[in-house]
Amino acid sequence: MSLKSFQNLTSRVIVLPEDNIDTDQIIPARFLTTTERSGLGKAAFYDWRYDDAGRPRNQSPLNLAGQGGHAILVAGSNFGCGSSREHAPWALLDLGVKAVISSDIADIFKSNALKNGLLPVEVDRKTHRRLLKAPGEEVTIDLETQTVRFGGKWQAVFKVDSFARYCLLEGVDPLGFLMQQLPAIKEFEKGRA
Amino acid sequence: MSVAETKPQSLFEKLWRRHIVVEEESERPAVLYIDLHLIHEVTSPQAFDVLAGKKIRTRRPDLTFATLDHSTPTLPADNHGVLPYATPAAAAQVNALIRNCREHDIPLLGLDDPRRGIVHVIGPELGLTQPGKTIVCGDSHTSTHGAFGALAFGIGTTEVGHVLASQCVLQRQPKTMRVTFNGALSPGVGAKDMALAMIADIGADGGQGYAIEFAGPAVQNLSMEGRMTLCNMSIEAGARFGMVAPDEKTFEYLSGREFSPLGDSWDEAVAEWRTLPSDPDTVYDREVRINASAIPPMITYGVSPDAAAPVDGRAPQPKSDIEKHAAEYMKFDAEQPFSTATVDRVFIGSCTNSRLSDLREAASVMRDRKVKEGVTVLVVPGSEAIRAAAEAENLHLVFLNAGAQWRNSGCSMCIAMNGDQGEPGELVVSTSNRNFIGRQGRGVRTVLASPATAAASAIEGRIADPRPYLTMTGKQNRCH
Ligand code: SF4
Repeated sequence: MSLKSFQNLTSRVIVLPEDNIDTDQIIPARFLTTTERSGLGKAAFYDWRYDDAGRPRNQSPLNLAGQGGHAILVAGSNFGCGSSREHAPWALLDLGVKAVISSDIADIFKSNALKNGLLPVEVDRKTHRRLLKAPGEEVTIDLETQTVRFGGKWQAVFKVDSFARYCLLEGVDPLGFLMQQLPAIKEFEKGRA
Repeated sequence: MSVAETKPQSLFEKLWRRHIVVEEESERPAVLYIDLHLIHEVTSPQAFDVLAGKKIRTRRPDLTFATLDHSTPTLPADNHGVLPYATPAAAAQVNALIRNCREHDIPLLGLDDPRRGIVHVIGPELGLTQPGKTIVCGDSHTSTHGAFGALAFGIGTTEVGHVLASQCVLQRQPKTMRVTFNGALSPGVGAKDMALAMIADIGADGGQGYAIEFAGPAVQNLSMEGRMTLCNMSIEAGARFGMVAPDEKTFEYLSGREFSPLGDSWDEAVAEWRTLPSDPDTVYDREVRINASAIPPMITYGVSPDAAAPVDGRAPQPKSDIEKHAAEYMKFDAEQPFSTATVDRVFIGSCTNSRLSDLREAASVMRDRKVKEGVTVLVVPGSEAIRAAAEAENLHLVFLNAGAQWRNSGCSMCIAMNGDQGEPGELVVSTSNRNFIGRQGRGVRTVLASPATAAASAIEGRIADPRPYLTMTGKQNRCH
């Protein structure tokens, strides 16, 4: 897999104000019996988007995902907590979500998201509170300068791991980087044998 | 000696340093060497696909070990030898792992292997998990193995591919946190209660960015099983790493296991392991202190593991819209005593609480008693070896006589991928680790608890305090 690159993104936001949205919400476990990584968009937030009979819930803001430029999800704190399933970012991307903004995003989700070109954006609490109240707002995320801009003059900074940022901006696959380290890895193994 | 060499180091820092292939810099994470890579059917197929696409073979199949647990049925095969898979996809996933392991020469505990079981149960049981090792698995509860003084953490599927290809991961060094449990546990209180009390204290994201070291007399006094339960739940506090310093108990547990070192190698290994505990005066980035003697049996009442409270307490007044929503989902009224909540199902199992000591704890409550009418109880041992050991001491008869089901090993209702699940609206008291909405089946309300609390709840058909059962049988033994 070559990594998808990410430069900047301007899009309307979908707001899910709940804290601690775990990966079982993002993709329920019953959809994990797959050996594929594509086509998981239908399963994304399935129980939030469909009722017990499988009918779409009309009032779910997630119905907008991917439509009319709704590619940014603003969520409550501790987004993506729970399991290490990479199916969570795969499902979100397939649904049309390209970035998630929160005050804090769980470690493993963040790491998985970055490896798939889904940008996790952690902003300060004030900006977060403001965005939680602004469904439909148009937001620009600039990875090069690590800034979020919206509402004319509101601007906030965020930080993405520098290596992940480099990989995303340049479209570099970290696996390639690791494979280049093989001589050092073999040397390390010799030293321990 | 430089300052860096004389600075006291924590267990975590020692292990981290010993596994660095390429140092971390501001521009990139460290290249960290992995001693043991555990894999299972759910998070590995896409990683093998990536390797196949790049024509890369698994670099160190000898450091890789596979088991089947998540999608695997816990009911036996029918007369034709056909296993009752939940879906064709589940069967395909299991078969994909079998095929990938064959193609990559990776040892696999297959469906009929008497050692097969949940990935975090079999590692320690086989002696694969050892102090000082770096251990990864595409599974967030990999922190369990930290109970042995290993540096163990969950990774995603892309990283599973990285480890298969290179035996390394790219990882930045986390901060360190020490959680000290002072005092001694009260009767009827165990490691699960300690874990829930800690998560309630620091929050579901309180450990975010940290490696936790569990310390203090109450941790030292835990059995290895109890330490595993505690480290297992680190991730529910947001921490990817949980660990306990290795000691005589650790060595005793590992001695004579299938993959433990033997003879002179054993003595050398133990000598090495003795150097691992944190140096005196180590400074941690954060310190948390908890009085273990004040911890009662705990349960959760919400939809996040930090919504935990004493089992004999009452549901709190929701303080935010989110808590209100959780209370509505769980159908707990404010101020309602937990003991008035009717239980539909009880699950005793998962990598948190499915070891022999957990089954003994549950059996001690259920012995010569009957499960309340209308309550479905599943007891699922963590591995086939545990199942055999439990059957050898007739624990299965205790459960069966009480009216519970006794299953083959697997993740089962912890993640509800294999067909074992609750019905919408049901209240399940579960010894697993996550009470997320829908985790145990769509619309299921999960209450996390210790094996003793789960067993007492099965008997009473409502959320029940296990302590009266211990005094009723005159037993003052601790759960762990
Ligand atoms: S028992 Fe549950 S938490 Fe443990 S590995 Fe299986 S699904 Fe994951």
